[in-house]
Amino acid sequence: MSAPLLWIFLPLALAGLLMLLRNQKAVSLTACFFTLFLTIAAWLLPIDAPLTIGHWTFKLTPSFEILGRYLTLTSADRSLLALIYGSALFWFVPAASMQIAHRLIPLGLAFTSLLVAALAVVPFLYAALFIEMAVLLSLPLLSTPGQKPGKGLIRFLIFQTLAVPFILFSGWLLAGIGANPGNLSLVQQAAILLGLGFAFLLAIFPFYTWIPMLAEEAHPYAVGFMLWMLPTVTMFFGLGFLDRYTWLRDAPALGIILAAVGALMVITGGILSAFQNHLGRIMGYAAIVETGFSLLALSLGAKTGMSTFLLLFAPRVLCLGTWSLALSILRKHAPKLTLSEVKGLGHRLPFAASALILANLALAGMPLLAGFPAHQAVWEGLARSSLPLAFWVFIGSLGLFASAIRVLAALVMAPEGIHWEAHETQAQRSFLLVGFLALFLLGLFPQWTLPLWVKLPAIFEYLGQ
Amino acid sequence: MIITLNWATLLLVIVTSTGLLLSRDWRWGLGLLAVQYLSIFWMVQAHWSIPMAAAKLVTGWMACAVLGIAQLRASKDGETEITWPHGRLFHVFAAGMVLAVTFALSLRVVNWLSLSLPVAWGGLLLIGLGLLHLGITSESFRVILGLLTVMTGFEILYAAVESSSLVAALLVVVNLGLAMAGAYFLNITQEKTS
Repeated sequence: MSAPLLWIFLPLALAGLLMLLRNQKAVSLTACFFTLFLTIAAWLLPIDAPLTIGHWTFKLTPSFEILGRYLTLTSADRSLLALIYGSALFWFVPAASMQIAHRLIPLGLAFTSLLVAALAVVPFLYAALFIEMAVLLSLPLLSTPGQKPGKGLIRFLIFQTLAVPFILFSGWLLAGIGANPGNLSLVQQAAILLGLGFAFLLAIFPFYTWIPMLAEEAHPYAVGFMLWMLPTVTMFFGLGFLDRYTWLRDAPALGIILAAVGALMVITGGILSAFQNHLGRIMGYAAIVETGFSLLALSLGAKTGMSTFLLLFAPRVLCLGTWSLALSILRKHAPKLTLSEVKGLGHRLPFAASALILANLALAGMPLLAGFPAHQAVWEGLARSSLPLAFWVFIGSLGLFASAIRVLAALVMAPEGIHWEAHETQAQRSFLLVGFLALFLLGLFPQWTLPLWVKLPAIFEYLGQ
Repeated sequence: MIITLNWATLLLVIVTSTGLLLSRDWRWGLGLLAVQYLSIFWMVQAHWSIPMAAAKLVTGWMACAVLGIAQLRASKDGETEITWPHGRLFHVFAAGMVLAVTFALSLRVVNWLSLSLPVAWGGLLLIGLGLLHLGITSESFRVILGLLTVMTGFEILYAAVESSSLVAALLVVVNLGLAMAGAYFLNITQEKTS
């Protein structure tokens, strides 16, 4: 058996089967157990080494040939596979308590396996096509049945599709640079195409407009899942470029560009979030700020940059998960997620309201919460190189903080005589409680997540050193 | 002979892609797109084998069929799409601008990708007019037509540098995926009732 068969084709096939099932519980249980199995398998099973269980010996081969090219997953990729499928499990389990499960779980599983295929394909440039396929598959998930597709969804499709030609052409140019490294005009052309490709793919300023629009239109939980999974895999894909091409890695302008673009995203995203009246849009802007922080982390340089970049993942998945779950619960009790419509809803949904505020504050880098250690590391690193830049990034985070205060004010603002009474279901309360306990615990003990990330840099030959 | 055919194909590309921009009836739009795929087949076969180029043609026609069926189901009264700005004169003027810009660009691309001028111009023109199409419409069906046009333009140019079967297969999936997305968007309002 080959590793791509286990982590790509089997989940894809199961996703197809689950789409045929009507029973939401069966769909949720099957997918959750299977994703758990894939996560544990990624953690424990060696690739390309024999494994003996009793009298039974088997070996997972790393490659799978497809039309003359290969999908390859090596032992070094196991921690990344565990991260991807582990986080998918993190999203699928609470989904069972919502009506979106029958769409999110099968499509989410197929989406995840296509993104894994994107990371596994050799030559790695073809990943852009797998990502596009995953994007196309996510459209039913992000659209609302019975309603025409919104502008955000259309723009998401356009931007992601436009990324494909840029990435593929830049790949061809990069191959040319390998043969002729002294050709500066070729280097310049490749860098421009690559930059544009990733600007579209990663929703980098100014191509991030679809995120808040989509977060307003679509189901918050589906948007949260997509805003976690897609940028994460795309960032690893992007790091693959840095790892493979020395001229790109060693380019003096790289750090400056990453810092400038990252800061622009944090500042604009943070400040704009403070002026939003829709709770979904605020989450969208928070996701933009997070992408900005990832770029800022990478701008810090080789080893510090990589460890800070990885440190951002655990709080991000936790915050986005808790935030989107809370938003989904609020959405069931309010016609719209605007501040005026959710006024006083905190009295009826105290668990969801608290989880939402805590997740927002955590992504704003509030001390004692999950986002603080990683954000503090970025601020510290930036302050060492440029104090004004660190200040402006801090202003961006302050914008996110201001949006949390505005939402809090709206949620607790209720006419006199309204009592606090929890209307969330028992399962929802449990998930939210786990979420906000984890937000505190990760803030107080960030080192607990270290074993999860320690092996991750091994997927990169140079960046991991 | 081949040179003449290349120029004739370019003419076909100009007519179909500009027609796509101007047409307001979806039937005309899909018909022009189907003819456009015929010219793409000719341009791609200059670098790829005939069967692989034919795969592009078949994929394109399948995409047209998928969109056509979806349109029939979605708009039985034969409604037309409205784009912004409405003026046809504006569309013709904008298409003329794209034609001029892409011609200038194609002179450089000819050397860069070792392509003949009509093929390079055809590819760039499709990308340019596809982008123009995307810029002036927010209607999902027209967006899909625009994206398919951009992708076909790109595929013409990319065929000169990459002949991998896997890439060809993945591009087929992406094109069909776009058409299916278009079909889904057209029929999404009926999903809840069904």
